[in-house]
Amino acid sequence: MLKTLRQIISIGIVTEPPPAADDSLRLRETLQANIRSVLGRALCIRHVDAGSCNGCELEIHALNNPIYNLEGLGIRFVASPRHADMLLVTGPVSRNMEVALRRTYAATPDPKIVVALGECGCTGGIFGESYASCGRVSNVIPVDIAIPGCPPSPTRILQGILTVLARHNSAPHDLSSREPSRD
Amino acid sequence: MTWQAWFEQSVPQRGAPGLSALTVSQAQWRQAAGDLAGAGARLLAIWASRPEQAVATVRAAFLTLHGGLVLSLPLAETQAPYPGLEDLFPAASRMQRAVADLCGLRSTDPDSRPWLRHAAWQADYWPLLDPASGPIAVEPGPDPYPFVRVEGEGVHEIAVGPVHAGTIEPGHFRFSVVGEKVLRLEERLGYVHKGIERRFTDFALPEGHRLAARVSGDSAVAFSWAYCQALEGMSEVKIPARAVWLRALALELERVSNHLGDLGSLGNDAGFAFGLAQFSRLKEYVLRATQEAFGARYLMDFIVPGGTQGDLSESAAQALRICVNRVVDEALTLRGIYDEHEGVRDRFNGAGAVSPELAARLGLIGLAGRASGQAFDLRVDLACEPYGELAPRKSGRTEGDVGARVAVRFDELQESCMLILRIIAVMPPGTHLTDVGTPAEGTLGIGLIEGWRGPVMMALEAGAAGAIRRCHPHDPSWQNWPAVEHAIIGNIVPDFPLINKSFNLAYSGHDL
Repeated sequence: MLKTLRQIISIGIVTEPPPAADDSLRLRETLQANIRSVLGRALCIRHVDAGSCNGCELEIHALNNPIYNLEGLGIRFVASPRHADMLLVTGPVSRNMEVALRRTYAATPDPKIVVALGECGCTGGIFGESYASCGRVSNVIPVDIAIPGCPPSPTRILQGILTVLARHNSAPHDLSSREPSRD
Repeated sequence: MTWQAWFEQSVPQRGAPGLSALTVSQAQWRQAAGDLAGAGARLLAIWASRPEQAVATVRAAFLTLHGGLVLSLPLAETQAPYPGLEDLFPAASRMQRAVADLCGLRSTDPDSRPWLRHAAWQADYWPLLDPASGPIAVEPGPDPYPFVRVEGEGVHEIAVGPVHAGTIEPGHFRFSVVGEKVLRLEERLGYVHKGIERRFTDFALPEGHRLAARVSGDSAVAFSWAYCQALEGMSEVKIPARAVWLRALALELERVSNHLGDLGSLGNDAGFAFGLAQFSRLKEYVLRATQEAFGARYLMDFIVPGGTQGDLSESAAQALRICVNRVVDEALTLRGIYDEHEGVRDRFNGAGAVSPELAARLGLIGLAGRASGQAFDLRVDLACEPYGELAPRKSGRTEGDVGARVAVRFDELQESCMLILRIIAVMPPGTHLTDVGTPAEGTLGIGLIEGWRGPVMMALEAGAAGAIRRCHPHDPSWQNWPAVEHAIIGNIVPDFPLINKSFNLAYSGHDL
């Protein structure tokens, strides 16, 4: 126990300030005002791997490390689409996951936001469309925000997520007031 | 015949060191496999090629401590089933089912349920038949699958997936339970099948490494190295010495970052969130140092045919050294905390045990195998350059439980950090990239690299004028997924996430 406490104290708080929102990631404008008024700052995300190589998943995991500290921003990943405001979808959508993705989308209450994550989610990526792949996420369900990259860095993912919560053309000032890193 | 006799008849196989190849008849196919099984060999992969202008061939690769053997069985008649190996090597069954789904070549295996084919395309469409049979005529819809049912008083089923509760790849698990106790688990995979093997044929040989790196994102280095090793072997090209060391550096960084991630998640799954916070922080430091050294957090496109994309500068080497030393120190402290934590020990020890006997029978390989007394590591047993000179220490345990898989990760983390420091210290100077020519049509090359999860194989066949005729990537998860079904028996359902994580097998790398 003492060792654990000593480790916690000696490391201190390593969280870094979050990035600013980026409007260039927006694909469409529907629902935005509505979402902001309903959610305020809190956001529940359901991640769906619809055919990813697992690269994007590694960077999603990184968002929860103490350096990006997603939960410290009031944003968290939830275990069911029924609890979610946002679907974060990775991968080209494999045909074997197409039905599961449609069902997950249907199970998410309105108003909802869909973020397509990674090169494959945005364009189909290196896998493209084939007998086994439907290609990009927007070929299967409507997408609001697209975050490219293979895989996109946690900062980039965070930027995309914060864009949902941000007002147009402005930084999320209420979020970036978090204390800077002391590491 | 003895297993040695099969090796004596064989010819050297291009690609990874220590591999031999032998073309066999139908009768010899099972006889050779039986002799190898009797001698304790492990099945590495079964795959098939069915090119339009040539004979269909089923292949099986085996690993022994004395080398690897690749058997090729040409099939003059594609309608009749070829002899299955599932009774000799249990892991063969799913591989044979996948061959049937993708190439339309059936084995004598009594389990003829589809494996990678769900409801997305019909049974008479075979994507790897060249050109593929017919158009796809179905819309994805209901997908009935005959799971094995457990009957008896109080037995009920729990169906989990394909969409899981956390950030995990998709797959389906069907538990048959009494109360909380698991009587049986049946896995159903194939959800992330995105047609990678067929997609390879759209690429030219010098470009396939990019797709190889994306077979399983957490093993990008292992897969792209295996691909390049196969291609360089086919062209008989020797890559510059510095490139070999840079590749090993990338592979060990990949191992370190995956082990750090897993050690954190395993602590978390045992109810010790402190572990996740600490290890995920260390992992982030390693990824940032990797980014500084090679320009990317994950080295998707670092290994290229003929060498590596980038080099390591003196300043980046220094930054890596500092980072790795820090990881070594802190991991040691954290290991002490894990070892002394009553609650963590209680969850880790005895959970999800696979005995060495069962592991040998199932052909468990890689990290999970080493935790169950299967002390095989390609970096030692069939070392490619520079591992002969690096001489890594093999890690191993015999308890076969979650605790053993955690211990192997701790040992390997420490060892890989030492390897990284040694690589940086002794890496020779010089160029890191050379030309790779075009291998002749029909040449087969096999790459074999010990990734963090276990042996990763790439079987590559050249087509005309530098095209890819066939490429089969093989992840060790094929062998180890069936062992998870055994590991959970008698454990309680809430321990499944912990047990599953302790194996941390690939879905994408398996489903392809």
